[in-house]
Amino acid sequence: MRAHTKASASCGTCTGLVEKLMQLSLGDSYNPTAVQPMCSCTELGHDEVRRLIKAKGLKTIPAVMQELEWKTSCGCAKCRPALNYYLVADWPDEYADDYQSRFINERVHANIQKDGTYSVVPRMWGGVTSSKELRAIADVVDKFAIPTVKVTGGQRIDMLGIRKEDLPAVWADLGQAGFVSGHAYAKGLRTVKTCVGSDWCRFGTQDSTGLGVRIEKFMWGSWTPAKVKMAVSGCPRNCAEATCKDVGVICVDSGFEIHFAGAAGLDIKGTEVLGLVKTEDEALEVIVALTQMYREQARYLERIYKWAKRIGYDEVRRQVLDDVERRKAYYDRFVYSQQFAQVDPWSERVSGKDKHEFQPMAALSFQQAAE
Amino acid sequence: MNWHEIGTIEDIPARGARCVTTPQGRIGVFRTADDEIYAIEDHCPHRGGPLSQGIVHGNAVTCPLHNWVFSLETGKALGADEGSVKTIPVRVIDGRILLGLERALMAAE
Repeated sequence: MRAHTKASASCGTCTGLVEKLMQLSLGDSYNPTAVQPMCSCTELGHDEVRRLIKAKGLKTIPAVMQELEWKTSCGCAKCRPALNYYLVADWPDEYADDYQSRFINERVHANIQKDGTYSVVPRMWGGVTSSKELRAIADVVDKFAIPTVKVTGGQRIDMLGIRKEDLPAVWADLGQAGFVSGHAYAKGLRTVKTCVGSDWCRFGTQDSTGLGVRIEKFMWGSWTPAKVKMAVSGCPRNCAEATCKDVGVICVDSGFEIHFAGAAGLDIKGTEVLGLVKTEDEALEVIVALTQMYREQARYLERIYKWAKRIGYDEVRRQVLDDVERRKAYYDRFVYSQQFAQVDPWSERVSGKDKHEFQPMAALSFQQAAE
Repeated sequence: MNWHEIGTIEDIPARGARCVTTPQGRIGVFRTADDEIYAIEDHCPHRGGPLSQGIVHGNAVTCPLHNWVFSLETGKALGADEGSVKTIPVRVIDGRILLGLERALMAAE
């Protein structure tokens, strides 16, 4: 149905209707619980592919395709980014990221716009900034004549309409002011939104800003199956809107209430409560373990709320909250993979990495062409 | 038809593309996994996406904006979509890539 009509192939909100239609036309011969293949290159579903990558010790995309009998020579735009993620997540120290299997945004570390220009979002830890940072942004906007500057929903500043050729120079100037990539393009940790918490707010029970910054500094750079948005609110009034995030924290006098599996996009869903912990350290450990469990188990492009619903909220609680040993193991595996993941991609490219990506191969002018 | 050298095969990553700016618009030059070279106009007929920025698989590219898939050989959209992009003649001689540009456009200058 998808291949021939494109119904349910983009945002997916009509999938339920499409399934009903199929049930109506096919009757009993339609089995909605049958395993959905990853794409038309294989009969295998995501879970099966993930299992076999581990079981057979497959460590490159060609190895996966050969061993699992892919039907195409080098995959497609659906399976390649998925396999690239699974291999990075499963073999963090051994797998060399396949650059040509990334979506454009993750390949050039900026967000492509409808006119082919890009947007750039520097990281502002926990949404906190300063006059120095704002001045640097203002200077970059003037210097490169950036047409639009927009405040995002995740408490960041977005500069839109930048030519691809200008990206490395924009990053160089931002880097001078101490900015690193905000990963606004990544299937990874996007933002940790915070409120001002006990530093300023008369209702704040804990240092929500500080905790948000700490989580963000700990977790940035990690690859995840889909984007991960977090928030920390200093009290149950919840100014950081933590209860519709992938992971949220509501600070209370007795500690930190950890929430997960919220959504405020294609679906709107309040979070589930994971549990209450007493200290910041514990909160960080639980959140990191939850993220690692998600990294290891979810299907590519599956947000936390869909994954958690599929495997069961109680199962997540059991593994990352109740089972302390398991929590620690997840935490350790996340920490191990971070040593390979926490490299600022902007400064790498300012230093000349992937230079070919940002320059046309050739520019033929009228004069040259007329010769 | 005038032939213009634009660089070598090594200038393009395998399963990747580079773009060339020309008097007849931007052209995407693609290198497949088998080192075949193709050139098509760098403009998706759907919403104008820069095809040279898409993921290259087999002899096809997926547009980075809305995932239309085009044959690099024929320029035709594959699957449920209808439309096509213009293919540009290309030659490879000893690893050097030459693009064939239209005579008419150049004569107009």
